[in-house]
Amino acid sequence: MKKIYTRPNALKDTHFHYCPGCGHGIINRIIAEVIDELGLRGKAICVAPAGCGMLIYNYLDIDTLESAHGRGAAVATGIKRVLPENLIFSYQGDGDLAAIGTAEGFHAANRGELITVIFVNNGVYGMTGGQMAPTTLKEQITTTTPSGRNPVNAGYPVKVCEVFSVLDGTSYLERVAVSSPANIKKTKKAIIKAFQHQLNRTGFSLVEILSPCPTNWKMSPLEAFKWIDEVMTKQFPLGVIKEVK
Amino acid sequence: MKRLMSGNAAVGEAAILSGCTCYFGYPITPQNELTEYMAKRMPESGGIFIQAESEIAAINMVLGASVAGARAMTSSSSPGISLKQEGISYLAADELPAVIVNMVRGGPGMGNISPAQSDYMQATRGGGHGDYKTIVLAPSSVQELADIVPVAFDLADMYRNPVIILGDGMLGQMMEPVEFEHIKKTKDYPKDYILTGAENRPSRMVRSLLFDTKEEEEHNWKLFRKFQRIENNEIRYETYLVEDAELVVIAYGIAARIAKGAIKRLRQESIKAGLLRPITLWPFPYKQIRELAKTINDFFVFEMSTGQMVEDVKLSLEGRGHISFYGRPGGVIPTPIEIARIISRHYYKSQKVRKS
Repeated sequence: MKKIYTRPNALKDTHFHYCPGCGHGIINRIIAEVIDELGLRGKAICVAPAGCGMLIYNYLDIDTLESAHGRGAAVATGIKRVLPENLIFSYQGDGDLAAIGTAEGFHAANRGELITVIFVNNGVYGMTGGQMAPTTLKEQITTTTPSGRNPVNAGYPVKVCEVFSVLDGTSYLERVAVSSPANIKKTKKAIIKAFQHQLNRTGFSLVEILSPCPTNWKMSPLEAFKWIDEVMTKQFPLGVIKEVK
Repeated sequence: MKRLMSGNAAVGEAAILSGCTCYFGYPITPQNELTEYMAKRMPESGGIFIQAESEIAAINMVLGASVAGARAMTSSSSPGISLKQEGISYLAADELPAVIVNMVRGGPGMGNISPAQSDYMQATRGGGHGDYKTIVLAPSSVQELADIVPVAFDLADMYRNPVIILGDGMLGQMMEPVEFEHIKKTKDYPKDYILTGAENRPSRMVRSLLFDTKEEEEHNWKLFRKFQRIENNEIRYETYLVEDAELVVIAYGIAARIAKGAIKRLRQESIKAGLLRPITLWPFPYKQIRELAKTINDFFVFEMSTGQMVEDVKLSLEGRGHISFYGRPGGVIPTPIEIARIISRHYYKSQKVRKS
């Protein structure tokens, strides 16, 4: 019988710990598939963040470093400069990249560091229990915006791709979502594109992935997928934001 | 051939000769000459130089370079070192080697840009969060500063732990003739923990998060045992004229150099003063100081702070002997004459007490 679907080699034979309906499991798997397909298992090094995404090192069967909260892009810079032939990517959440690690991400992008940031945007701090993130939508209820995010007090949702797009060091920025099979396919293509930009030494690459957090959004997995497509994408439109050919 | 160099530049040259291939810095006075020296020399020697966006980014770049197997260094001065403490804690937790230079300036807060020794506690007690120590080396001349750099890199690699070179604004800025010919990387250390890509080997992970409390406890005890080994093996200190001394001055770094000048004057006045200069501030020469108390009763601690190392001297003596302290905080540099006068006054006062 022909095998048409199997666990990627770059994924460990273990169960994901993620909540039901969480996007991290999908994204972890896509990354593993891409690493297999591009034959990069021996070259890839992942920088894991603080937050739910941190436990990616329990699933990806590649060399992984756990970074301090927000410092992923700086740590990845150090690794890449020493190992220029390797594929270095940091996996970061919205609080990690767009709040505490703004300086590190922004300046790695501005230097055109040949690294890739996989930016998982689910609009909340997941692991700490659903507090407001820099990408939380206006009016969105979180544990620290109990009556909805009011920009007067809490500012506006940060559009990371658009902010980074004006930096000369960036070469590939795309926003995707893991909200449907079609979108998951696009996400995989975007990660391949970003890795190719790194390997071709074009510049800094980042893939922003809108990802469901049903637990903290207080939704069912299906409602969460729908919310991404119908609400989140209005603030964070999908598509290639920047591509340097 | 000796070269006339500032302490800051000498650290840079010695680091390159010691096999340091990565330097990440951020401007802050009084250590800018080191960052500027590396900006020029690193590319010439095939190494990596980045002016980071902050001290926090710089220490994390060091962490990344270290986990990739390189000898990496960063430098700063007091306020910037405070920012690096997060990264230093992670380096210690991850058991990664790194060298961090602190050319201490007056504090707290912005303080000033003059030499001080007020970061002693921060350096010797770990500095960041969690149960850990950093090896702290405190040279007192530009030559010793250069000589201690390869030692710092070796200790960092040997124990897989961050090492702090604790200077001050004076040591960093002053120029002295320095010999570099003997400075080189002498040994390669096993790097079976680094991340290079899992080519033909199982994948590795470097992390400090251990959810299982038993695992975290064991990790803490493992680090503790390493710190015990360092305490047993790596204490460094210098003594000067202690053999016949009635009074021993305890001072480190540039303060010890000033104290030496004072002791020379005191000896001319027939005051039998000597000096014990800790070179490793952690591990601290507790036993060696306690040993001196067998024959000497009078200990005089001099620091360019309101009194930080004096606590370690008290811990050393465990109630033995008599300790007096003189401090000049805030970036003031006392002269040897001033210190000689203070010690001399103290000496005659204690003689009087003894006679009465």
